[in-house]
Amino acid sequence: MLVATATAALWIRSLFAVTMLFSIYSLLAASLFITLDAVDVAFTEAAVGAGISTVLVLTTLARTGYRQRLRAQSVALPMTVVIVTGAVLIWGTADMPRFGDPLAPVHQHVAPRYIEDSPHEIGMPNMVTSILASYRGFDTLGETAVIFTAGVGVLALLGIRRRAPTRAQSPEDASRPSESESEHG
Amino acid sequence: MELLGKFNYWVIFILMMIGFYVVIARGNLVTKIIGLNVFQTSVFLLYISMGKVAGGTAPILHVEGAVYSNPLPHVLILTAIVVGVATTALGLALAVRIKDAYGTVEEDEIYAKDKRA
Repeated sequence: MLVATATAALWIRSLFAVTMLFSIYSLLAASLFITLDAVDVAFTEAAVGAGISTVLVLTTLARTGYRQRLRAQSVALPMTVVIVTGAVLIWGTADMPRFGDPLAPVHQHVAPRYIEDSPHEIGMPNMVTSILASYRGFDTLGETAVIFTAGVGVLALLGIRRRAPTRAQSPEDASRPSESESEHG
Repeated sequence: MELLGKFNYWVIFILMMIGFYVVIARGNLVTKIIGLNVFQTSVFLLYISMGKVAGGTAPILHVEGAVYSNPLPHVLILTAIVVGVATTALGLALAVRIKDAYGTVEEDEIYAKDKRA
């Protein structure tokens, strides 16, 4: 499953059908989230990553053109940077806990309290919901503020002073889904 | 088992580097944003895979004594996904605006036009 996701992402480099592959990549990531027990994250990723992002990219591509020009410049420099960064990151995993280790530091501090007490304190069987809406409600408030700012930004960039008379309707569509998404998570 | 225990991190870092490569090596602004999204999704996977407990289930209360995966990374990533799509929308809006102003979304063409002006 992990390897399938990686190869799907590798194909992205070659074609200009990039958007569709990106959508497939998101969907694979969503199914991977299910196998990693994160069901809430999985359906958000499927709806937002595979659905809304694809629509947004397609509306943009309709305005900017589907063709991408390959650069003349050599690939050696970016490739070196990427390989060095990747090697450093993989070297860093030497200190990481093993996958699925129940004694990993992540599981020691706040999470046990959430798992043990949130059903009594909040009365909600889904712990993700009770943490999101109650314990970490300020995060969600901040998130809503970010989305509102982004929506205002998109409108300011495209909606109000409109210069190009052709196809002026599509950018407004681009801003709407992101705002209605705020109730999602 | 000891060797494969960190396989998840390696795959995630490979994905991350693919996204990073697209961002720095491609000139098309829309492709760059997609690369950024690939990078972002790999970070989500990193968090979620750290929250996984072997033998655990989804953190929804069902039976007494069940082992649950860590719900905290799930909450953080849920927020991050939604914020991510908002920033993507903003980036794409900027790309559309650049297209209106310059007539192209290729980075080096924009640079050439800026130099001429």
